[in-house]
Amino acid sequence: MSGLVLTLKEPPRQRLDLSPLLPERLQGLDAAAISALELAGGNRRAHVGDFFAVTPGDPSDLRIAGSSDRLDHIGHGMTGGAITVAGDAGAYLGLAMTGGRLVVEGNAGPYAAAMLGGGTIEIGGNAGDHLGGAPAGEMKGMGGGLVVVRGNAGERAGDRMRRGTIIVEGSVGACAAARMIAGTLVVLGPELGPYPGFGMKRGTLLHLVRPQRELPSFADCGRHDLGFLGLLLRDLRGHSRRLDSLATRPTSVHRFVGDLANGGMGELLFWPN
Amino acid sequence: MIINGVAIDDTFAEAFGMTATRLVITADSAAWAAIAATSLTGFATSVIACGCEAGIERTLAPEETPDGRAGVAVLIFGMSSKDLQKQLRDRVGQCVLTCAGTACYAGLQGGTPLKLGGALRYFGDGYQISKKLGERRYWRIPVMDGEFVCEDAVGTTKAVGGGNILILAASRPAALAASEQAVAAMRQLPNVILPFPGGIVRSGSKVGSKYKGLIASTNNAYCPTLKGYTRSDLAPDVAAVLEIVIDGLTPADVAAAMRAGIAAACTAGGVLRITAGNYGGKLGKHHFHLREVMA
Repeated sequence: MSGLVLTLKEPPRQRLDLSPLLPERLQGLDAAAISALELAGGNRRAHVGDFFAVTPGDPSDLRIAGSSDRLDHIGHGMTGGAITVAGDAGAYLGLAMTGGRLVVEGNAGPYAAAMLGGGTIEIGGNAGDHLGGAPAGEMKGMGGGLVVVRGNAGERAGDRMRRGTIIVEGSVGACAAARMIAGTLVVLGPELGPYPGFGMKRGTLLHLVRPQRELPSFADCGRHDLGFLGLLLRDLRGHSRRLDSLATRPTSVHRFVGDLANGGMGELLFWPN
Repeated sequence: MIINGVAIDDTFAEAFGMTATRLVITADSAAWAAIAATSLTGFATSVIACGCEAGIERTLAPEETPDGRAGVAVLIFGMSSKDLQKQLRDRVGQCVLTCAGTACYAGLQGGTPLKLGGALRYFGDGYQISKKLGERRYWRIPVMDGEFVCEDAVGTTKAVGGGNILILAASRPAALAASEQAVAAMRQLPNVILPFPGGIVRSGSKVGSKYKGLIASTNNAYCPTLKGYTRSDLAPDVAAVLEIVIDGLTPADVAAAMRAGIAAACTAGGVLRITAGNYGGKLGKHHFHLREVMA
């Protein structure tokens, strides 16, 4: 049985909250019932059928066809199954998701993977600011799972991140791993924005290039061959061809510890080419 | 039953229920992984006085280990999870943590988890780093040659300890050569260890002693120098007896090792008889009847 397909009729004029469209919540619903599900569109109540054509299929393999950066909260709280977005996604992609697989073939807006607890999110294009971060009012960002971004990510990737792994194959903006509590952020692109690790407590930011501007509050601990890096690369094998291609390189990294202005023990691991 | 002219006794090996775990030790080279594993499994021949029984299961190619380095798989058997926990903490802490360039990982999941890095992390004095990759947590403990990476916990399984065969030969060299052949065959198999030196025991024991407080003493019925003096189980032509003790993760693993060992011993010259040690079937819950094993 092929998957359930929701085809966007036209880009919404207001931001659309797609959080009700989870594989587990669509189980047992026919096309009419799915079309009748209520959605929040801007400050109005609307229905799935107002925006999407429903092609019946297996809800555990949900496909959203059509591209709009106003499609917010895709996979919000998702616990299992798979969602594929054939296009762009809006803000809060996979917010507080705890399981399953979420794939966006285009770009994702801000706060993608925010408070992610488990499962896998793959973004084929770029991700906005606060990737894996903590929404306003929340003390902790991503707490588990794996995020792979094939393009670039915006500012504050991994902000207040607590656990889990983010791989950004492209570049990231300013203050990557800001206020990071734990977890791992891997940046493989040619640019690392200024002040990575701002307010970092623990956790790891692995990067291949020097940041545009460094914080003075990180201590240079020298260059080391870390066996842990081999373990990390093997654990992540198969998720990023770019990362896999680096697996044969010596695991010698330059280690900086901070943010000492915050009493932190996070680490920036500079893995130069 | 006779195999290659060697009599197989109609008796059984009596083995006990134990708790076991497997560790994977990696290092910068296979040689250093072996050094750590040898140190870890030292003085671990019998739970009677060593606290556990341990041995090297096999060497691991880099592609088989979590961090892509050469490694060694080690099996450790204890009488209980509690005993095993203490042994793990002490042995890994003193023999692997201390060994240059090593890392230590769980080789077994499930069962009652035992702390590994979770018990050793305090050595990091607050500088240790926890990393959770997937469902598994690792500790990075700073040490003087870099970091000691150690998995947080290791699983356990109910296992079998004390499977055995006794090789009776016409001379001591013949007994030793046959035992070496049997050990070599057994060590090809997974999930088993032969915890005694070189895999071979010469001091088979019986339960109890004439001396108060001694729970085991020499098995005089199988001591060839006593065969004219004490009640002996040895024929006049038997000059030496060597035993091979097998600990395995399952009864099937132990039986497979016994089968391989007996078959190999029976091809050696000078072997007269193969038998096994038991306590009348009253102490151990696993009975390996030699003729059923070889059927």
